Amino acid sequence: MNIAVLVKWVPEPQGTPTLGPDHLLVREGADGSLDPGDEYGLERALQLVERDAGEVIAISMGPEVAAAAVQRALAMGAARGMLVTDDALRGADTLVTARVLAAAIRSVDADLVVAAVESTDGYTGTLPITVAELLGLPSVTFVTSLDVVGSELRAERQTAAGAEAVESPLPALVTVTTGVAEPRYPSLKGVMAAKSKPLDRPSLADLGLTGDDVSPSQTVASVEAAPEKAGGRVTEAGPETAAEIADLLAEARVI
Amino acid sequence: MAGVWIWADVALDGVASSALELLAKARALGGDVCAVALGPGATGAAVTLGEHGAARVYACDDERLAEPTSRVAAHTLAALVVEHSPDLVLLPSSYRGRDVAGRLQAITGSTLMANAVDLPSTDRARAETLGGTTVVEVDLGGPAPRLVLMRPRSFEPSAVGGSAEVVEVDVVEPDGFVSTRVLERTDTVSAGPSLEEARVVLAGGRGLGGPDGFRMLEELAEAIGGAAIGASRAAVDAGWMPYASQIGQTGATVKPEVYLAAGISGALQHAVGMKGSRRIVAITKDPEAPILELADLGVVGDLFQVLPALTEEIRRRTGR
Repeated sequence: MNIAVLVKWVPEPQGTPTLGPDHLLVREGADGSLDPGDEYGLERALQLVERDAGEVIAISMGPEVAAAAVQRALAMGAARGMLVTDDALRGADTLVTARVLAAAIRSVDADLVVAAVESTDGYTGTLPITVAELLGLPSVTFVTSLDVVGSELRAERQTAAGAEAVESPLPALVTVTTGVAEPRYPSLKGVMAAKSKPLDRPSLADLGLTGDDVSPSQTVASVEAAPEKAGGRVTEAGPETAAEIADLLAEARVI
Repeated sequence: MAGVWIWADVALDGVASSALELLAKARALGGDVCAVALGPGATGAAVTLGEHGAARVYACDDERLAEPTSRVAAHTLAALVVEHSPDLVLLPSSYRGRDVAGRLQAITGSTLMANAVDLPSTDRARAETLGGTTVVEVDLGGPAPRLVLMRPRSFEPSAVGGSAEVVEVDVVEPDGFVSTRVLERTDTVSAGPSLEEARVVLAGGRGLGGPDGFRMLEELAEAIGGAAIGASRAAVDAGWMPYASQIGQTGATVKPEVYLAAGISGALQHAVGMKGSRRIVAITKDPEAPILELADLGVVGDLFQVLPALTEEIRRRTGR
């Protein structure tokens, strides 16, 4: 069984992201890493192929720096990687990104596609589902527990009402939460081995994509700082603290 | 006539408030306002949707529309969109809203804007980005309809007392569709008010040190007499609290009368989900925590002392 795992390079979560003059996120020269949210699905995929045979392929779209994210996935244990980089993809919206990733997945023959519920920087949360539809695959989102039994996947997922257990035919796509596995830390051996693992760099043409496929339909019209809230009062905790908070609750008429 | 459509999340127990929020915005944008309600409970929801301004409700109660991948729902909606050509489809940032919007985008080739908080016009969306520090306005091009996922509680629902024409729709299954089966369903029953509706939200983070720390919040909630317990992403990721309690960009958006954050640093991720609260109290041991900048009352200190003392004080005042 081959599992394609979608991975993303994101700017350092603790850093201060900035927008360039073109209103796009400055990625060049910024510190970044494999999206921490991607490691959970990657870990579960590795566990499944280690148990049942097959390989994990880490697939990404992004600028040159994104190779570091794919390298990290290879160091964790993915057998090979794929990174689609093209200047035409700068400013790609979700539809463009989904088209590129769907074409990349089509080129590797995967039984299962795994992605995080959403990225840590963009939070769109729809991209993998669009990929699933482009590939004609069923999708199970918000998965907290994932297994493969024969040619079916079994998953538990969060829903608005609570949770449900589902069974779906393969091939399929799942989006996973942090509950799905505890990610391993890449070993030194893994880091060394990653350097000799294949990392495909297909062009858009290799993937059968044209300029029209990758032309975004969203343009940023304006960017401004969100209005700042007027500052409140900050105090050290002391004997009056409980009464002070209780006063505020009373003022708000909630007690 | 083209117009603005909204997606209504429906269930047998009624229509989600998100649908009524979206209808309020759709009415303000003008034009022909329609709602699409697919799945069990759909036709039953039509009365409420009409009262909130939907002139027409495309509805179907078929069980197949509730299957867990939302494929059937998305293809059924896509067929309606192709037939009637709305300018804009507004969907809620809910489990189903995201699934349906993601698939509809692939089918129609439309643009999809997520996490929007407002729409200045039918072809422009406003969203908060970079964790809510920055507001961007985005022009939406490409083929109609434009798809926009709105963050919860972006608009106030208001009933206008109309009634909707109900149009029964046919289920559309994609080619070669094989159903994903639901083996078991577990509905979470929460004791107190829901996060979204509670007038007081008590939220805990990493500073609570573990699941036991949340007991202090439960005791405080009891003393207050009805408060919802929420959690930061850090506390949920650590497995201390269920995902359903998560507040932030990923998770719930809350706007209570009082929001009390205990042991939460207030990363941008979290701030987006709570900064609309009327009053914010933050208790943290870290004097540099960003949450203190949002707080009306920020307390720097040991929450293992402050919380029990507060519970005691409130019990004294309320007699609970």
